[in-house]
Amino acid sequence: MVSQTFSSWGNLARSSYVVYALRSRSDEFPAIPVGSTILPRGNGRSYGDSCLNPGGALLLTRSLDRFIAFDRDAGLITCEAGVLLADILRLTVPAGWFLAVVPGTSAVTVGGAIANDVHGKNHHRAGTFGCHVRELELLRSDGQRLTCSPETNADWFGATVGGLGLTGLITYAQLQLRRTPGAGMDLEVIRFANLDEFFRLSEVSDQNFEYTVAWIDCLSRGKSLGRGLFERANHSARPMEYPKLRMGHVAVPFTPPFSLVNAATLRLFNFLYYHRPGATRRRRESFQSFFFPLDSVANWNRLYGPRGFYQYQCVIPGQTGPEMTAHLLEKIARSGQGSFLAVLKQFGSLSSPGMLSFPRCGVTLALDFPNTGARIERLFRELDEIVVAAGGRLYPAKDARMPAELFRDTYARWREFARYVDPACSSGFWRRTTQGEVVHNGGAPAAERV
Amino acid sequence: MNRTLVIGATSAIAEATQRLLAARGDVLYLVGRNEKMLAEIAADLTVRGCPRVATESLEANDLSAHETMLERAEAFLGGIDLALIAYGTLPDQKRCESSVELTVRELHTNAISVVALLTRLANRMEQRRAGIIAVISSVAGDRGRGSNYVYGSAKALVTTFLSGLRQRLRPCGVAVVTIKPGFVDTPMTAAFRKGVLWAQPERIARGIVRALERKRSTVYLPWFWRPIMFVVRALPESVFMRLPI
Repeated sequence: MVSQTFSSWGNLARSSYVVYALRSRSDEFPAIPVGSTILPRGNGRSYGDSCLNPGGALLLTRSLDRFIAFDRDAGLITCEAGVLLADILRLTVPAGWFLAVVPGTSAVTVGGAIANDVHGKNHHRAGTFGCHVRELELLRSDGQRLTCSPETNADWFGATVGGLGLTGLITYAQLQLRRTPGAGMDLEVIRFANLDEFFRLSEVSDQNFEYTVAWIDCLSRGKSLGRGLFERANHSARPMEYPKLRMGHVAVPFTPPFSLVNAATLRLFNFLYYHRPGATRRRRESFQSFFFPLDSVANWNRLYGPRGFYQYQCVIPGQTGPEMTAHLLEKIARSGQGSFLAVLKQFGSLSSPGMLSFPRCGVTLALDFPNTGARIERLFRELDEIVVAAGGRLYPAKDARMPAELFRDTYARWREFARYVDPACSSGFWRRTTQGEVVHNGGAPAAERV
Repeated sequence: MNRTLVIGATSAIAEATQRLLAARGDVLYLVGRNEKMLAEIAADLTVRGCPRVATESLEANDLSAHETMLERAEAFLGGIDLALIAYGTLPDQKRCESSVELTVRELHTNAISVVALLTRLANRMEQRRAGIIAVISSVAGDRGRGSNYVYGSAKALVTTFLSGLRQRLRPCGVAVVTIKPGFVDTPMTAAFRKGVLWAQPERIARGIVRALERKRSTVYLPWFWRPIMFVVRALPESVFMRLPI
């Protein structure tokens, strides 16, 4: 058997895996040794261990990258689970259709987007990616093929959307697209001085703008706590030629020996980024640079050095959002840790279809943190307390460290979900949060673990 | 618009190439062994913009089936402008060493059946006095290695046959393109550990389409295999035979 080394996007730990792949969606589920487990893995953009399965096998899905049908009148695309969102957009945007929901990178597979029930800057309008999945096929390790939709096998659909690849292999899916006049976006950027202004801007903007999101300076404190830049946009009605940008045309060629994101570079970057002239204005941009600004830089995750990085993404539901977000930001600013990737967004009230879907009505905060071992874990514990007290939760796709109790307490349906987990499937995340497996990411550089 | 026949259409390199050909508007006749995969690939290419596509299942080692396949392809396409032969297997060298039968069968698959197809194709194109014949050979055919010489010698036969064919067909305007990929990350090489010399099929496919457009004689893909193989060929046998490759 072949083995290959994999880590996740956060580069926290590397392990060697036996890998399998299907050449055709009609192939059988791979036979793995008795007692072993396997996990479908798409393009490996999950940050933590939800796309890893240390000690087990991986079922690589990128080879399932065929389109099946594209209905140009109804805006329905049917494709295999390993197709990248970028491939879909390249095909559909010139035909006047856009994905109903896109995350911050187009380098994820359709299967991955479903399995993590990803969201985007239009959550307040469109809900999650899973809301637009019309149908999917689930291949179980016992050979069963289940066609799932909100109507048929609805329970399996609810388990598989947001199901982190644990219910079996998604072989193909049909997605409902939305109309778009072209490849351009009409964008406005507004500087805001503190958190209150963010919430005011968000409330006003969510009515007239389909896409809203804010970058925040995670180091600012006191009166300017939570200052940042608010972006709001709609698809532009004026035609724009499809941009010829190739994905990853610039690359971080190797991992520097230490994190280039540190206290000094961060303070400088955030100051300059917040104050940069011309930041606040209206402009037209291609959808790529608006939705996927980092896709043009291959392997940007290497900037965090050999120890990798964490992303902490939480959602705070209900009325306490502004207050609790302030608490979180205070803790983070005081710690001096963080990164220039800090994002704040108000989720809407559309409910997510998956049993383990992360988004819910409230405010979501996402930040990257270079891995500083025990130091960063101390901060995370403090943040956890605030999140739990506020009735919030963390995003499994981004997580590499949430305590098992936190997951089980905040994802109330996890026991119900567990009944749908394929007996052959498992992941590092799943064992860590439900079976008490201990994971060490902190401290040492990502080491080979077999 | 090109009318294109691909034999071995389910191979990873062929599939990636077909996507580029479909996007540029080629009409495609896809031949392979696995009917289900052929159908899946044809549907995919249609979505990607292929104006017309048909498939046929063929066992390449059944030489008597070649002629009718070519007739059907020609009937569907209305003439063949481009024929790409992309199939092949990677023999298990160790098992071949202990089995004459397996060795002969692998040579038949990777060389003899290709020669049979090329002969028929060449005669058709010679009559029409136009067209391109392209074959995926391999850098492995440039010199026999202890770890891989059954495959290498089959590809050497193909490469040599093509260079002769190129001379013969040149006066009548038929181009013959020899494609020599290095290590490519495909299902055929799934059992190998991948290193820096490995390339993705998409990259090889871009190189193939470029070579077809320019009617190049021989291309190494990616390009760095040309200097590497220059050195490999230049080594004296007394040195080469001691190398642990």
